[in-house]
Amino acid sequence: MKNRSLISINDYSKEELLKILKIAEEFEANPRQKILSNYVIASLFFEPSTRTRLSFESAINQLGGRVIGFTDSSSSSVKKGESLRDTIETVSLYSDLIVMRHPIEGSARFASEINDTPIINAGDGANQHPTQCLLDMYSIQKTQGTLDNLDIAFVGDLKYGRTVHSLVIAMSMFKNTRFHLVSPEELKLPRAVKEFILSSGLTYEQYTDINAVIEKVDILYMTRIQAERFADPIEYEKVKNSYILENSMLENSKDNLRILHPLPRVNEINEDVDTNDKAYYFQQAQNGVFVRQALLASILGLR
Amino acid sequence: MNTKKKELKVSAIANGTVIDHIPQGHVSKVMNILNLENFEDQIYFGANLDSKKYGKKGIIKVSNRYFKDSEINKIAIVAPTATMIEIKDYEVIKKTSVKIPDEVIGIVKCFNPKCVTNHENVITRFTIIDKENLKVKCHYCEKITKKEHIEFL
Repeated sequence: MKNRSLISINDYSKEELLKILKIAEEFEANPRQKILSNYVIASLFFEPSTRTRLSFESAINQLGGRVIGFTDSSSSSVKKGESLRDTIETVSLYSDLIVMRHPIEGSARFASEINDTPIINAGDGANQHPTQCLLDMYSIQKTQGTLDNLDIAFVGDLKYGRTVHSLVIAMSMFKNTRFHLVSPEELKLPRAVKEFILSSGLTYEQYTDINAVIEKVDILYMTRIQAERFADPIEYEKVKNSYILENSMLENSKDNLRILHPLPRVNEINEDVDTNDKAYYFQQAQNGVFVRQALLASILGLR
Repeated sequence: MNTKKKELKVSAIANGTVIDHIPQGHVSKVMNILNLENFEDQIYFGANLDSKKYGKKGIIKVSNRYFKDSEINKIAIVAPTATMIEIKDYEVIKKTSVKIPDEVIGIVKCFNPKCVTNHENVITRFTIIDKENLKVKCHYCEKITKKEHIEFL
């Protein structure tokens, strides 16, 4: 994977993704190896994203690398009207690898074709966010001991949530994944993604009631439902409280069930769930650091 | 004179290529894709001509110019029904239908207003994921555009 950009989760084969997850285990055991001490990584955040940016910067800093960049475009030359091409051309001369987040869809792919400096896409609008997908896969593998034969429920906004789309596509690579899709009628998984599940020889079921899946699944992947996704505010009011997970609802769930969430959480997981051993969303966020370390090391040819 | 022969609405050419059955309204687009606007020999074209098969059609006749398959296929996305007829000494020597290519570079505009190709100076690029129903996927934003939403640059 040396010098290869990661723009979309589909850019890497199943074997390559598994290799990254394997390397991440090594960094989890020993996250402070100073292997990046001779490297400068650019972190270009054209729109703010606290969690992803800090996770990348923590990953780089723990490995002894240096970070240059900006945290939103108002503090960069973009504000003066510089093209993305010029920004990338210039920053490439200052750094070994570029991590970028940009509100425009396809911007990371475009950036990766400008020159040979590898790019890691840290989110391009509603399109792709592959490192989130990798950390989700790592969290599933770590808590279940496998990525095969799992019952995975996705809950909430399945229509617009890019993390859901990417993870469904990634998990479709594994044997016998059974997808349980829980959402309001308005926010069902797009047809193209469902067709992808079927074309992979797998099956899915759709539900509107979260209680229908809790006892069957190994992974409960929660997402936030945003009011602005509804054309009719009354529809939002009707459904907004029906996708909230509370501790009492987990009573008869499987022992190996783990609850994931890409964060930030608003109210879709009640705080009384946090102390349940099945709550895994904060460890999931921590796994993001190890996965990003593994990715940086692979692309820079150090693993 | 052969009385059975239909009167030609557009003059015949001695040598060259006739691009027939161009869908209504796409003649200038086809000229543009094939870069015929800068061509120096004779070109005849007609629009809104009667067609038995399609109702109305367009036609372009280019003198002394033959096209490679790769050039022809570029017009397939605007004119999937088009036929290329090669003429030598007023005789038809070859007739081919256009074939939809696997990829379209330039030509098509991405319908997604948030796509980078609509914000930066980037040449558009699409993979054709469904040739029968003409569905294209943007190489950049990865959004799929259906036939009815395809717009040309």
